[in-house]
Amino acid sequence: MITITDLHKSYPPRNARGTTVEALKGTDLTVADGEIFGVVGQSGAGKSTLLRCVNLLERPTSGSITVAGQDLTTLGEAELRVARHGIGMVFQHFNLLSSRTVAENVEFGLEITGVDRAARRARSAEVLDLVGLGDRASAYPSQLSGGQKQRVGIARALAGNPKVLLSDEATSSLDPETTDSILQLLKELNRTLGVTIMLITHEMEVVKRICTSAALIEGGRIVESGNVIDLLNTPQSKIAHALFPLGESRGEPGNTVIEIMYAGHLADEPIVGRMSREFGIDVNILGAAVEVVSDHRVGRMRLELPGSVESNAVPIARLKDSGLYVEVLEGAL
Amino acid sequence: MNVNWGVMIPILTKAVGETFQMIGIALVFTIVFGLLVGVLLVSTDEGGVNEAPFGSRRLGAIIHAVLGFIVNIGRSLPFIILMVVLIPFTRLIIGTFIGPTAAAVPLTIAAIPFFARLVEIALREVDTGLVEAARSMGAKRGTIIWKVLLAEARPSIVLALSTSVISLLNYSAIAGTIGAGGIGDIAIRYGYQRYDNSYLFTTIIILIVIVQVVQLVASAVARKLSHR
Repeated sequence: MITITDLHKSYPPRNARGTTVEALKGTDLTVADGEIFGVVGQSGAGKSTLLRCVNLLERPTSGSITVAGQDLTTLGEAELRVARHGIGMVFQHFNLLSSRTVAENVEFGLEITGVDRAARRARSAEVLDLVGLGDRASAYPSQLSGGQKQRVGIARALAGNPKVLLSDEATSSLDPETTDSILQLLKELNRTLGVTIMLITHEMEVVKRICTSAALIEGGRIVESGNVIDLLNTPQSKIAHALFPLGESRGEPGNTVIEIMYAGHLADEPIVGRMSREFGIDVNILGAAVEVVSDHRVGRMRLELPGSVESNAVPIARLKDSGLYVEVLEGAL
Repeated sequence: MNVNWGVMIPILTKAVGETFQMIGIALVFTIVFGLLVGVLLVSTDEGGVNEAPFGSRRLGAIIHAVLGFIVNIGRSLPFIILMVVLIPFTRLIIGTFIGPTAAAVPLTIAAIPFFARLVEIALREVDTGLVEAARSMGAKRGTIIWKVLLAEARPSIVLALSTSVISLLNYSAIAGTIGAGGIGDIAIRYGYQRYDNSYLFTTIIILIVIVQVVQLVASAVARKLSHR
């Protein structure tokens, strides 16, 4: 649905002594149809610039952006405006017009596309129902809570039936509970409407809760990208480690430390207890996390086994055989 | 203090009518051109919706610089001097420089840059995120100016307008000294030159009342328009 190829964006120096700032240095990214794709990264990593390039709010210095089969970078101003009708966007600070009611805000995009008044009314009522704000149509944004404002923002973005929804830190200025409800709404809309969602966030929680795929951006480059479950099964995946922080506990010298990842039905099995019983070893749990990630129960555990890796070869092989991903951290000599 | 109301009231009524006439005419042109100049100042600035008219950033920068320069000239001349300088121009378009209609010409020229700067400030206060949201929806530049910038700035623009009306009232009194008529003219001729304090104080009271009413109405309208 979205294909970004070798994207570069640099900002010219602001004055004679300034330097050119390179926000994106050859970014490649593919977002498949129907995905919820999360781009994570620290502030200044380029994620905001990347998102703004997708609908060309920022014009890239070079590279191409294809949305729904159309290369946006080749379009003229008028064609680009039409293409933007198919790309909804929600913002961290909602960006609702204070002079318009909720319904009039939702209708704004339809006014732009020239939909007649009656059809606009009907459509805004429809999408406001969808986001659960059917009864606040004639309120002004200032009368709403943050979560309600973001619901209006989402309704406005969806009014024109876009194929793609871009979310710029949509939950970053909301409290945890409201964040939850907005994420649930996005997931629901993705499921029922089939709208592809690309979001940027600095909150790992967002990826954990709704993203099917994720990418990590550092210094203007994508350093990691893929299906969230696959990433969790990838050795040394930074996203996986960030999703499951296990602490720094490293166990006793001379012992073997392993990390295991498990997903799906394996998450329901008593792995540690069985291993302990079967091989008669005292397994020490150094850290563990079990979470629901994109509707899969997944867990990550760091275990300490007494003795060297060689002496634990059989139990480790047994774990691997049962379909777990196992990574040996200590005592691997 | 002996006040001959029978004489004074018709004189003041006529004067108030003249003041309203010159301010009214000036106001119509000030609103039209002030809004236009204010919008151009903001939209042709770097990062504005019209920073590159016809695809040329340089053209935008030139328009912005030239407009800014002209507005500053307008604002740097004291009104009494501007009025004198404009006499040939006024005579050219009105046929005379005496009377309230003629006075409306320098009043307009003085008020446009003043109001335009206030409009500029009001438009700059509109959150840039709103412009970004409109752009993301595929809005044309005209739509952004009308439905985002001007619509959101409406309360501030109404207040800017009241400030401009009050400035016009102030200028109109000065215009009175060179034959425009109006309240200022009465205050100077009867109050100052004839030492008749009853005229001086009555005109002061009239001016205070007008200013208070203008401000009250504007504040009420601005409050009604504002939903922030």
